[in-house]
Amino acid sequence: MNAFRAILAKDLRVELRTFEALPAMALFALTSFVLFRFGLDQETLEGNLAAGVLLATVLFASLLAVNRIFLAEAEQGGFDAIRLAPIDGTALYLAKASALVIFLFCLELIALPAFSILFRVGLEGLAATLLVLLLADLGIAAVGALVAAIATNSRARDLIAPLLLLPLLVPVMIGAAGAAAPLLAESGPAFGDAWRWLAVLAVYDVIFIVIGYAVYDFLLED
Amino acid sequence: MNPFSLRNFSILAALVLIAGYAMVFFYAPQDVEGFIQKIFYLHVPLAIVALIGFVVAAIHSIRHLRTGDPKHDARSYVSIHLSIIFGVAVLITGGIWAKAQWGVWWVWDEPTLVSFLIVFLLYCTYYPLRYAIEDRERQARYASVFAITAGAFVPLNFMAVRLADPFIHPRTFSSAGGLPGEMAITFLVCIIGVAMLWVALIRYELASKMTQGRIARLRRALDEDAGPAPRSRIAPQPEPGSTGA
Repeated sequence: MNAFRAILAKDLRVELRTFEALPAMALFALTSFVLFRFGLDQETLEGNLAAGVLLATVLFASLLAVNRIFLAEAEQGGFDAIRLAPIDGTALYLAKASALVIFLFCLELIALPAFSILFRVGLEGLAATLLVLLLADLGIAAVGALVAAIATNSRARDLIAPLLLLPLLVPVMIGAAGAAAPLLAESGPAFGDAWRWLAVLAVYDVIFIVIGYAVYDFLLED
Repeated sequence: MNPFSLRNFSILAALVLIAGYAMVFFYAPQDVEGFIQKIFYLHVPLAIVALIGFVVAAIHSIRHLRTGDPKHDARSYVSIHLSIIFGVAVLITGGIWAKAQWGVWWVWDEPTLVSFLIVFLLYCTYYPLRYAIEDRERQARYASVFAITAGAFVPLNFMAVRLADPFIHPRTFSSAGGLPGEMAITFLVCIIGVAMLWVALIRYELASKMTQGRIARLRRALDEDAGPAPRSRIAPQPEPGSTGA
C-alpha cells in the first residue's frame, strides 16, 4: 500500500511540475472537436453523434497518456529500481492505473465544458455523462496500464500501444457511447436503458482490473 | 498402430471432413434460403473453431507463465497463428454469404460478424507485438500476457457487441439446437471435421518447428564455422549444456 501511494504521488508530482501530459491531452481534445466540426459539417450535435464524437476524442486522447505513463521509468531506469525494490508488480499496476484515471478525469473536466460550448450541448446531460465517463475511465486505465507496460519494453513503443489499445477499447466505446447517447439527446437527458450499458462497462472494468492484477508481475520480471 | 499418431490423425480428419461435406450436399435438406445456405456448414464451424483456438491459446499461455516452459509458449503461438488463418477464411466466407443473402459484402448490424472482426483485428496485433521485443524470453512472456488478455476479451466483446444490436433483424440460426435434425447432424460432423483439421494443422506446425530447431542444433554441433544457422524464432530449443529456465 505504501509503494502504491509513493508511486502514485510521484507520478502526480511529476505531472504537476512538468505539465506535459494534461495540457497536451486537453489541446488534443479541443483540436479534435474543431476537426469533427468540419469533418461532420455540423454546428450542433446531439444523441448518438454527440456521444460518438465525445467518446472517440476521449479514447484517442487517452492514447497520449498511455504512451507517456512509463516514459520516465523507461528512460531513466525506473523499471530497474522497481525490480530491485521489495514490492510486487501489482502496486505498480494499481498506481499507474490510478494515475491514468486521474489524468483522464481531469481531461474530461476540461473537455466536457468545451464540448458543451462548441456544440451547444446542454450542461445537465453532460454532468450525467461525466459519471458514465468515469466508469469508462476505469476500463481505459485498467487496459491502458497493462498495454503501456507491454509497449514500453518493446522496440516500437509508440506503434504498439495504440495498435493493442484500440481494439481492446471497442467494448468501452460501445458501452459508454450507448449510455451517453440518450443523455445527450436534443430533447434533454433521458436515462432510457442506460443501466444495461453501465453493466457492460462495469463487467469490463472488473475483468481487466483482475487480469492486470494477475499478470503484471510477469511484465516486470527479467 | 497408434490411432493418435500424426499421420493417422490427419487421415482421420480428412475422412471426417469428406464425410461431413458429402452430407452437406447429399444428405442435409435444402433450406428456404436455397443453395447458398450450404456455406453455413463451412463458415460457422470455422468461426467457432477459430474462437475456441484463441481461448486454447490463452490456456496455453497461462500454463506458460506458471511453468516458464517454452513448449507452452510455442503451442500458444501456433494456436493463435492458425486461428488467425481460419479467421481470414471466416471473414471471406461470411462476406460471400452476406453478399448472396443481403446483396452486400458487409453488414454492420450483424453482431456476430462485427465482433468477429474486432477480435480478428486485435489478434492481428500479436505479430507486431511479438517481434517488436528482442529478448526471446521476454518476448515469450509478453506474448503470453497478451494472449491471456485477448482471450478474456473474446467473450466480453461478443457480449458488448450483441447488446449493441437491438435484435430487430431476424436471425437465421439462433443456435445449432434450433436446426432440424438432419441439418444438426450434418453441422455436428462438419464442426468435428474442422476442429480435427485445426488440431492436425497445429500438430504439423509444431512438429515442423521442433524439427527446425533440432536441425539447427545438429548443424551447429557439426560445424562451428559454417556461420550462424537459421533458427526458428519461436521453437523451444534449450542450448546444449545450459540449464532450462
